[in-house]
Amino acid sequence: MADGLSARPPRVGLLATCLVDLFRPSIGFAAAKLLEDAGCEVIVPPQTCCGQPAFNSGDRTTARDLALQVMDAFSGCDYIVAPSGSCGGMIAKHYPDLFDEPLLISRARTFAAKTHELVSFLTDVLGVTTVDAQFDRKVTYHDACAGLRELGVKSQPRRLLETVRGLELVEMAESDVCCGFGGTFAAKYGEISDAIVSKKTAHISASGAPVLLAGDLGCLMNMAGKLSRQGSSIEVRHVAEVLAGLTDTPPIGAPREAGR
Amino acid sequence: MSLHPTTPAFKENAHRALGDTELQKALGHVQGGFINKRAAAVERLPEFETLRESARDLKDHVLAHLDLYLEHYETQVRAAGGQVHFARTGEEACKTIVDICKAHGAKSVTKGKSMVSEEIGLNDAIEAAGMAAVETDLGEYIIQLRHETPSHIIAPAVHLTKEQVEADFRRVHSHLDAARDLSEPVQLLTEARGVLREKFLAADVGITGANFLVAETGSSIIVTNEGNGDLTQTLPKVHIVIASIEKIVPTLEDASLLMRVLARSATGQDMSVYTTLSTGPRRAGDPDGPEHYHIVLVDNGRSSMLGGEFEDMLRCIRCGACMNHCPIYHAIGGHAYGWVYPGPMGAVLTPALIGVEKGGNLPNASTFCGRCEAVCPVKIPLPNLMRHWREREFERHLTPAVQRFGLGIWGFFARRPSLYRLATSLAMRVLGFVGRDKGRFAKLPLASGWTQFRDMPAPSGETFQSEWRARQKERRS
Repeated sequence: MADGLSARPPRVGLLATCLVDLFRPSIGFAAAKLLEDAGCEVIVPPQTCCGQPAFNSGDRTTARDLALQVMDAFSGCDYIVAPSGSCGGMIAKHYPDLFDEPLLISRARTFAAKTHELVSFLTDVLGVTTVDAQFDRKVTYHDACAGLRELGVKSQPRRLLETVRGLELVEMAESDVCCGFGGTFAAKYGEISDAIVSKKTAHISASGAPVLLAGDLGCLMNMAGKLSRQGSSIEVRHVAEVLAGLTDTPPIGAPREAGR
Repeated sequence: MSLHPTTPAFKENAHRALGDTELQKALGHVQGGFINKRAAAVERLPEFETLRESARDLKDHVLAHLDLYLEHYETQVRAAGGQVHFARTGEEACKTIVDICKAHGAKSVTKGKSMVSEEIGLNDAIEAAGMAAVETDLGEYIIQLRHETPSHIIAPAVHLTKEQVEADFRRVHSHLDAARDLSEPVQLLTEARGVLREKFLAADVGITGANFLVAETGSSIIVTNEGNGDLTQTLPKVHIVIASIEKIVPTLEDASLLMRVLARSATGQDMSVYTTLSTGPRRAGDPDGPEHYHIVLVDNGRSSMLGGEFEDMLRCIRCGACMNHCPIYHAIGGHAYGWVYPGPMGAVLTPALIGVEKGGNLPNASTFCGRCEAVCPVKIPLPNLMRHWREREFERHLTPAVQRFGLGIWGFFARRPSLYRLATSLAMRVLGFVGRDKGRFAKLPLASGWTQFRDMPAPSGETFQSEWRARQKERRS
């Protein structure tokens, strides 16, 4: 470990994110496995949400309350890691802007500096270069916006995917263009969101890969929902599930029996 | 020019745009052309990132000392023989310009491309005073024929296909041979040049915008690709420059810094084809140029943005890169935004200029994908500024009631972790049970905005937190 914590394993607080907590626990378990395999002690403090929906809706008071709640809940952690660039970015990039009081700003800054998106944490902080997993499929990868542009997550997931046995990565066109999710945007401006995700699913289908991966469940639910509405058989998964080798759960939006 | 924004009807506008097949065909060109050309231009200039930072710092410096530079600029313009007019509002600016035109007995006024003139409705004001206003930028000329407004700040007719332009030319240029071939863009261009040449020669007043106003020399600078700006400002007796106050730069050197990022960001050119400086009227010995030179400096709400949380927006140099890279703009085009400025820059600027009550839709219609900020040559944090508008709306209770209500309920639970865990684990069990066969919902109460267009994947049933705790217990026992 680069920071002198080698005496004991780094204590990582897993921020599951509200969508993973509610919709797809398998991503949380995949994240925990990847972190434990890399030598971390993983804890899951009681949690609700990072506050991003409030923040992006202009409700700073609620966002601030939830930020304080998260910072309290994860106060004993060396790192805070989320299987999401969006929630990770909310903390790492926006928490310090939520506060006006110098002490809270400084606390939020310290907390932000300890917070990471899962895959880039594995590669950039822990120095993980390979994973022990097998997935005999062709996959294509979508760069979710917040991870890509707020946190610089681009090559990290691709590098680790390359080490998954049997996996072949094929790039879709415009993998770095938004899928149209945007949190509440997808419901508030459903028709525009639909036009954007339709372009995205066309690129996904054109890639020829039968499996779509990305690092953010919100975007994945949007793309999976559109693909299934279009009658596509493309399977959609969080990248952590594949990297952890935990792909026995059915893909996102597929019947529960299918994979078991 | 639509001085009356249709921005409150943004959703309806967007709906219409999404169903407009010609528009959708035209928008296909925005995505490819602009983006690839910009990327190639940036690739060729290793110091581009450094230049962006310098450009940002320069604009910030100017905004912090705007009064000083405006005064110096005014002095220099007067020293060069020009006249300077300050206009607090759009109406004042229009009146000033119409009065100058009238004083010179003008009948015909040619215009170079100017977004601020669109903002203040200048063409309508000129025409209401009984004079003809002729747009000379090809794109502007085309949309003027169609009685439309620009749909893009540097490519005003980007929403049109060449077939539509051909039909307009045949309709309006009815004096020309009906059997002529107009199938190629260059034929359309040649025809427009021929028609416009007459207008240039007949014009009494020429009005141009300005990309930069140089305090050091009192010069105004325009960059164009067609040369229409040169003919507009050189041929008539009177040249009027209209520019908003934040266009000022201290020195020529500073203008060149901004030009290096402007053309690359806008069209992927290293430089625009024409860069034209004008400093006062024609001097003794000059071979050409106007006899009278006026500059109308328009505030129209900008000074109230200084020193506030939207000041960063005044750095904008109107390159259009944000809209060229915006998935929302790609989907609906510029007119759906309902006022002069579309895309991400419009989503921030429009509420500042027409009020968030009318413009509030725009900063909400964003996924915060951040691509606009990533390409902005002066590093305007556009998503953050859009979020600030959402905050202003929330504070003033302008956020739609349903959204506010939903946010309130969610916030209530999210603040109470124990209650939240209880409620969500119950709800997810129910949803997971109902959705287990298909794994998704085609319809879901309260989520029709989502399920109208796509399925909602069903939750697994157990929440991560409850399953994690159960497994931890197993591990320990």
